Amino acid sequence: MAEPVHASPAHDEHHHDQSFWRKYIFSTDHKVIGVQYSVTGLAFLFFGFVLMMLMRWNLAYPGEPIPFIGSLLGENRAPGGIMLPDFYNELGAMHGTIMVFLGVVPLAVGGFGNFVMPLQLGAPDMAFPRINMISYWCLFLGGVTMFASFFLPNGAAGNGWTSYSPLADIALNGQTAWLIGMIFLITSSLLGAVNFITTAIQLRAPGMTWMRLPFFCWAQIVTAFLLLLAFPPLEAAGVLQLMDRVANTSFFIPEGLVVGGEVLERSGGGSPLLWQHLFWFLAHPEVYVLILPAMGIVAEVIANNSRKPLWGYRSMVYSLIFLGFMSFIVWAHHMFITGMGSVMSTFFQTTTMIISIPSVIILSALFISLWGGSIRYNTPMLFALGFLPMFGIGGLTGLPLGLSAADIPLHDTYYVIGHFHYVVAPGTLFALFAGVYYWFPKVTGRKMNEFLGQLHFWPSLVFMNGVFFPMMIQGLNGVSRRLADGGISYDFAGEVAGLNRMMSVSAWCLALAQIPFIINFFMSIRNGEKAGRNPWNSTTVEWLAPSPAPHGNFDQEIVVTRGPYEYSVPGSDKDYVPQAEPAST
Amino acid sequence: MEIPYTVEAHPETGLNNGKIGIWLFLTSEVMLFGALFATFIMLRIGSDGNWAAMQAEAELNIPLATLNTAVLIASSLTMVMAWASLMRGQLGRFKVFGWLTVGCGGIFLVIKYFEYTAKFEHHHYPESSTFLAIYFAMTGLHALHVIGGMAWNAYFTGPGSKLFHTNRQWLTDRVEHSGLFWHFVDLVWIFLFPVFYLL
Repeated sequence: MAEPVHASPAHDEHHHDQSFWRKYIFSTDHKVIGVQYSVTGLAFLFFGFVLMMLMRWNLAYPGEPIPFIGSLLGENRAPGGIMLPDFYNELGAMHGTIMVFLGVVPLAVGGFGNFVMPLQLGAPDMAFPRINMISYWCLFLGGVTMFASFFLPNGAAGNGWTSYSPLADIALNGQTAWLIGMIFLITSSLLGAVNFITTAIQLRAPGMTWMRLPFFCWAQIVTAFLLLLAFPPLEAAGVLQLMDRVANTSFFIPEGLVVGGEVLERSGGGSPLLWQHLFWFLAHPEVYVLILPAMGIVAEVIANNSRKPLWGYRSMVYSLIFLGFMSFIVWAHHMFITGMGSVMSTFFQTTTMIISIPSVIILSALFISLWGGSIRYNTPMLFALGFLPMFGIGGLTGLPLGLSAADIPLHDTYYVIGHFHYVVAPGTLFALFAGVYYWFPKVTGRKMNEFLGQLHFWPSLVFMNGVFFPMMIQGLNGVSRRLADGGISYDFAGEVAGLNRMMSVSAWCLALAQIPFIINFFMSIRNGEKAGRNPWNSTTVEWLAPSPAPHGNFDQEIVVTRGPYEYSVPGSDKDYVPQAEPAST
Repeated sequence: MEIPYTVEAHPETGLNNGKIGIWLFLTSEVMLFGALFATFIMLRIGSDGNWAAMQAEAELNIPLATLNTAVLIASSLTMVMAWASLMRGQLGRFKVFGWLTVGCGGIFLVIKYFEYTAKFEHHHYPESSTFLAIYFAMTGLHALHVIGGMAWNAYFTGPGSKLFHTNRQWLTDRVEHSGLFWHFVDLVWIFLFPVFYLL
């Protein structure tokens, strides 16, 4: 890439005379694809949130008609505006599926990974630009399939996002569409993972050694390995469940299963536990797919805004790799009450305790990185700082669930819901918001508004906790998950059922708190404060490219000469030294 | 814009992008078939000793499957010969061996078709037993891989071979990568054959 240094973006556009379709729709430019992924991910996050807000109405006011939109939902979903339990189940299953596979993964991996990683590596693009494009369109097809399944005669899948057999094998709802959608999403992740790893191995700029990689890139590489190796077993499981549904096989159906008082006419001989093993073999690494890119984003934002190198960069990287490896051998801690035996339980609770060590190392290193820094409290930094204690709560509340004795009373209660939502909602989502605010200038050339950003952060922080903390209290009282009326018909729910209203009101207020973000997002594209190449005075390579960067990314040759976080170097004339600046000037 | 190391090898890794990409893809394929083999083991262990009876009832055709194994191994040989011909710059020989490889894949599928229809004639369907279910699932998925590999090879032997005149190295590399996939598909059958027919 030896283009002249003064080439402006407009000049570059002239160079590649591409049609609108090639440039913005079927683009092979990793930045355009990254934006496509991000916008798709944000849209589905919003859609998944809407599903949840509907569910929260029924939890807080069971049996009462949904105001305003209740009559629009249709007679087969909510007759007279009162939500049917079956529809609640659909909303629950699709909320989980959409948030995980169509919300967070596309934004954290497809979006940020695609846009930022090649820039941070100093690469001109991904290693396989066309595969990158196909990967996005597979995700798009998967998203369309999932969305359209709501309009099937029997509705969308309603068997939980885990789709446990045998229920999911014999349910009359849109489980088949769910499986077909998942096969598209798995294909998309697979192609993306191959692309990410190859890019990181082959296309690093000269001098970008492995220990000079920004932590974000490491997080993306480990994530890509998880996607590459963990998703195929779910694909296999999906194919088998599809056969159970359309070819009447019995992979997950035991002999003599009685449904509705009659023995099911199947050959039997299958194992419902088999589905759980295959599912969680993916879905536990998937948890780390959701959290590792978030940790990567937070590390970048914290180093940049505390004006200090990351504390313990090497131990963070090694922890990350160890975490990725261990995540493959902890899956059955989701299955302690299935009766798989105490030997299995002992093994998996031991590995689960071990995997908490690297997570704690990373989180501690991020906390210590703040020590003695001259911290700038801008919006990305606020979200990154919000991530630390929220993820801490999420992680620590997971420990009792990892011990089989403590898990038995807590399993399938709202405690579990509270725990993992602390990890992915105020945890991962805050990190993703930090990333949006942080890299927005690189995408659009303009910064987002600081005041609206603060107006987004503070209410979000309050209401996130308002939604999720009461879940822990309910769960410790024994309230089960997946009950359409919030467990009101059970005695033990009595004293904590009132918390449902608080949580629901918090959820709706949380929705209001996103309005400043939406306004800020669209307003700043055209009217935001103009940002130069490096508005945050950052060290990493992506800030050496023009904002917005042209096709091919860099207008100068990138030769990396030092580590990624050289902030406040003693004796330097400014408080940051870019990674790719010549050592002697 | 050119992506670096598409054709030439990276000086440090000694590999081009496609080679790394195909090996990564194959690791994910190992996990896919690995999960299915694990399923096979779980079903067999959980069958309360009925497995041998189910297998006997399915009446799999061992001679035909042996023939199919030979056909696939032959196709791996012609695949290597196709690549070796390209390495020597012999486009004509490459095309002969390329089409032979695709043809062997076709013969394999035809034989598989006769095996499947023989099962259906005796009313052996995937729903009949878990043995037949996993048999149809795994051999079916394998057959899809054979079709994919045939399409891939047919493209490079047919229209894709024009690349020979403009960038010979690139074509050779691509054929090598499709060959790696083809050998993998072959290898999966080498496991499927004893697991279903002989054990």
